[in-house]
Amino acid sequence: MSKTISEINEKIRKGTAVVLNAEEIIDVVEEEGLENAAKKVDVVTTGTFGPMCSSGAFINTGHSSPKIKMQKAWLNNVEAYCGLAAVDIYIGATQICENDPENKIFPGKFSYGGGHVIEDLIAGKDIYFKAIAYGTDCYPNKEVITAINIKDVNEAYLFNPRNGYQNYAVAVNMHSDRSIYTYMGILHPNCANANYCSAGQLSPLLNDPLYKTIGIGTRIFLGGAQGYIAWQGTQHNPHQKRISNDTPVSAAGTIALIGDMKQMSTEWIRGTSLVGYGVSLAVGIGVPIPILNKEVLKYTAVKDEEIYATVFDYSEDYPNGKVNSIAQVNYKQLKSGKIVINNKEVPTAGLSSYAKALEIANTLKEDIKKGNFELSEPVAKIPSTNSTIKFKSMSKTNK
Amino acid sequence: MIKKTVILNFPRSLTTEPITYKLVKEFDINFNILKARIKPNEEGLLIIQIKGSKDNLDKSMQYLDDIGINWKLLSNEITWDNKVCVHCTACISHCPTDALNIDRSNMYVNFDHDKCIACERCLDVCSYKAISFGDLK
Repeated sequence: MSKTISEINEKIRKGTAVVLNAEEIIDVVEEEGLENAAKKVDVVTTGTFGPMCSSGAFINTGHSSPKIKMQKAWLNNVEAYCGLAAVDIYIGATQICENDPENKIFPGKFSYGGGHVIEDLIAGKDIYFKAIAYGTDCYPNKEVITAINIKDVNEAYLFNPRNGYQNYAVAVNMHSDRSIYTYMGILHPNCANANYCSAGQLSPLLNDPLYKTIGIGTRIFLGGAQGYIAWQGTQHNPHQKRISNDTPVSAAGTIALIGDMKQMSTEWIRGTSLVGYGVSLAVGIGVPIPILNKEVLKYTAVKDEEIYATVFDYSEDYPNGKVNSIAQVNYKQLKSGKIVINNKEVPTAGLSSYAKALEIANTLKEDIKKGNFELSEPVAKIPSTNSTIKFKSMSKTNK
Repeated sequence: MIKKTVILNFPRSLTTEPITYKLVKEFDINFNILKARIKPNEEGLLIIQIKGSKDNLDKSMQYLDDIGINWKLLSNEITWDNKVCVHCTACISHCPTDALNIDRSNMYVNFDHDKCIACERCLDVCSYKAISFGDLK
């Protein structure tokens, strides 16, 4: 018994498709068995919402008069990359504001940066814009100062080189005698707290661990709009160690995403300030998984207690590139609020919002049921466990 | 006994006055300092929770007026904005009193104001600025 994506789309158009989120499917498979559930269910929706630093936006501002070939540009005093055509820019999520005090008074607040610019653009706010240039015969203007608004620019689309990490580390502070301020949040000494960052059983790539349905060209929910998977993400590492249900025990696959910011909502895209670390962008992503056969279905029925994450020290091991597993814990334990590390009970907290992830999975579910969202056939696969790609570090580093 | 939280702004001339000592000694006030920023020759700020009889609290406030301290009551020390919160739960393990807590059935964050002691540990932990220090923002 198998289905095709076009058969599922036919059902979506007729309004008869059976769509469940990745939490609901667990019980259905348990009650009805894989065989029956695979016949009945057409799509399982996943979701995730959390800070994803490798994100940013391409904007074409339109030409000024006279024209300028922007050499440097700032949006609300946050610098954007201009090494492209005249008025194309890329604003990165982690770019901090000019004159930000950084960590000079530690820990710095990092209250505004690229992620916040992206949120403000999506919110429809006017953005203070400044660009400078050296001037050419065809682009004589040397300075532009104006306000830009998302509704007036030609294009504004997110292009996130690495999102949706398939699982992630659990971070603790084992060795430092003070609290440390990391991209995994504030970690107190003596392993006093542990932070995790995955939606576990709802997370897109944990529901299709070998990328059998998710590929390049897959239509997704991105920040409230319909976006697409553009490529495998940077640092995509399908060869991470996996357990028998094929889920990896730490960070593995990633996806690069693209989507129109003009259709997005600040409900699902938010700037974040990580004290002592910097700024980032929280991204809401939902990926539909077509239930083509019972093998695909079985993967979507994975539960929090069957997905393991590895605990790493962020005070010495991580900064020095040492991969040293302190413990392995599952997401049911992480979500319970406490885990045990070296016989000590440690309180846990998430950075990825399970509540928002579920809202996204449900929003996507409703969109598909209403016929507003059809599934797309991936045009190419992303590299899986049978590929030869290798995750590398720099071969030479200055001492 | 009545409990109130008061924010006191000291002019420069009063930062060396032993004000809390007088509140205890003369008006039998029981207090808990929530925030203090007082340096000689600078304007100072003190947030205290005070407990005492109504009569003594009234007298205390009169005393503060008399010596020229600008004070106001804080009804809402820590504020948590449900609309700004994304329910990531990062604050939870930092809250010593479970004022910030999770409904584990759906993983939504809640804030129980009565349990909050305004220790401020949650302020830096929130990446979304959903938690702020009441009137001091």
